[in-house]
Amino acid sequence: MLVKQISIFLENRPGQLAKACRALAASNVNIVTLSLADTTDFGIVRMILDDHVKGFEVLSKAGFAVRDTEVVMASVADRPGGMAELMEKLDKADVDIEYSYAYALGNSDKAVLIFKFKDNAKAEAALAH
Amino acid sequence: MNPISQKDYIDVAGLRKMQLAKLQELIPYEYERVPLFRRRCDEKGVKPRDLATLADLAKFPFMIKTDLRDEYPYGLTAAPMKDIVRFHCSSGTTGKPICIPATMADVDIWSDGVARCLAMYGIMEEDVLQVSYGYGLFTGGLGAHYGGEKLGCAVLPTGAGNTEKQIMLMKDLGVTAIACTPSYFLHLATTAAQMGVDFRRDTKLKHGIFGAEPWTDEIRRKIEEISGITAHDIYGLTEIAGPGVAGNCPYCNGLHVWEDHFYPEIIDPDTLEVLPDGEQGELVFTTLDRRGTPMVRYRTRDISRLQTEPCKCGRTMRVMDRIHARTDDMLIVHGVNVFPSQIETGLMKVPEIAPHYQIHLSSTDTLDLFEIKVEVVPEAFSDNIRDLEALRKRVLAAVKTIIGLTPKITLVGPGTLPRSEGKIKRVIDNRKK
Ligand SMILES: [Zn+2]
Repeated sequence: MLVKQISIFLENRPGQLAKACRALAASNVNIVTLSLADTTDFGIVRMILDDHVKGFEVLSKAGFAVRDTEVVMASVADRPGGMAELMEKLDKADVDIEYSYAYALGNSDKAVLIFKFKDNAKAEAALAH
Repeated sequence: MNPISQKDYIDVAGLRKMQLAKLQELIPYEYERVPLFRRRCDEKGVKPRDLATLADLAKFPFMIKTDLRDEYPYGLTAAPMKDIVRFHCSSGTTGKPICIPATMADVDIWSDGVARCLAMYGIMEEDVLQVSYGYGLFTGGLGAHYGGEKLGCAVLPTGAGNTEKQIMLMKDLGVTAIACTPSYFLHLATTAAQMGVDFRRDTKLKHGIFGAEPWTDEIRRKIEEISGITAHDIYGLTEIAGPGVAGNCPYCNGLHVWEDHFYPEIIDPDTLEVLPDGEQGELVFTTLDRRGTPMVRYRTRDISRLQTEPCKCGRTMRVMDRIHARTDDMLIVHGVNVFPSQIETGLMKVPEIAPHYQIHLSSTDTLDLFEIKVEVVPEAFSDNIRDLEALRKRVLAAVKTIIGLTPKITLVGPGTLPRSEGKIKRVIDNRKK
């Protein structure tokens, strides 16, 4: 499934991530999942929000560099070999993964992963089989 | 043509004659009234009557910024207090301020310089001029204000700060021209974008009159591109008058100096010899008409050149190169001379970064740490670490090719560099001296 993700640019200064979270909370936007990628100097926070449009607006207004990206949400059977099956499908279809992270979802028998592929549509087609 | 512009076209021979006549009045006036000037002339063995030609001015002593501090408050004042109508002061970063008492005629000459600049930019009586320079002791606000009124513009004296209100007034009152620092204009543009105001669509703004800080051609293009206005350059300094000493015409690649009021020379800053027109050096001014605080051969610390080719516009007033560097601004990093304007020129070649940057210098016992912080443009922000690293490398390459050094480049979020009234302090030098 294709979903909308929001990324913001973070300087490695204390309080930056908290500031973003506070801005969202103040506008009642819920963070469904969040992942942080960083280098020594800066970071990128990637988030899936319950209200993407409002979240984008809130973070832009708060002064962050914001970008929205489409990512693929894929579920994996939560049993040994589940992940391997998924990766095999992607391998066969020869799609490049730019990054991926786990999507936290309470009490479910499935693990959910978020992927950013170079070609999301192609990857999604491969996963549908 | 606006009648105020007629003086811009005086024939060259007449102009030189006028300048000599004014100098022959000024030099004895100054000699008689300002002890510092008299003492220096005596030390050099030069008398006011030795001024027979314009070239003879080179025999007379210079004035420098520290003279203004040392003689604070009234040591360089030549007119009696009954003739003084205005003070302007600038504090500088260290110690004593400088103070420039001015007579009514001085204020009028200064306003004439500003008004002629405005007329040269194509601004007319019908124009609504917003003055967003600071008012008060600083010359920017009142200088632009009086010049605008002298030309007959409708002047909106907003001063600096309260940016959102300024944008509202600009829209509502149909402001067509704004006078402010280039960095304040960039701040206004950012704020306008956040408010959903598009200068092209929502305002009548056509002209920007920018000065009071050195700015590059790249910043000029950036301003014109984001706002659709024409960016005009106005030059001046408190010690000589404030803004309105020189400005650019639509044809010239530089600024016409109102040399009927402000006599320019270019000197070699090391040997102090006068250089011929066409050569680059330190700009020196003599205030031909000022009587409150006259300046004879005041060294501006600005690096420029007086051009030799006559301007296509027909004005006879000489054209000086735009000021890209001030001798005071030069930084020495790892033994290399670096001007912030060179760094700016490099940064402006990378479209993904905002025209906001800050140079940080600090030192350990053995080495200088040299860092440039640049703001990422929101639209150019990539979701990908690799892209941002690549952007950083491109910024570094752009700067490195110009200055030959390898600073650390740090990307920071939009709007995060600290601003005061929209102005970012460009250089933070914490090195041990
Ligand atoms: Zn011209």
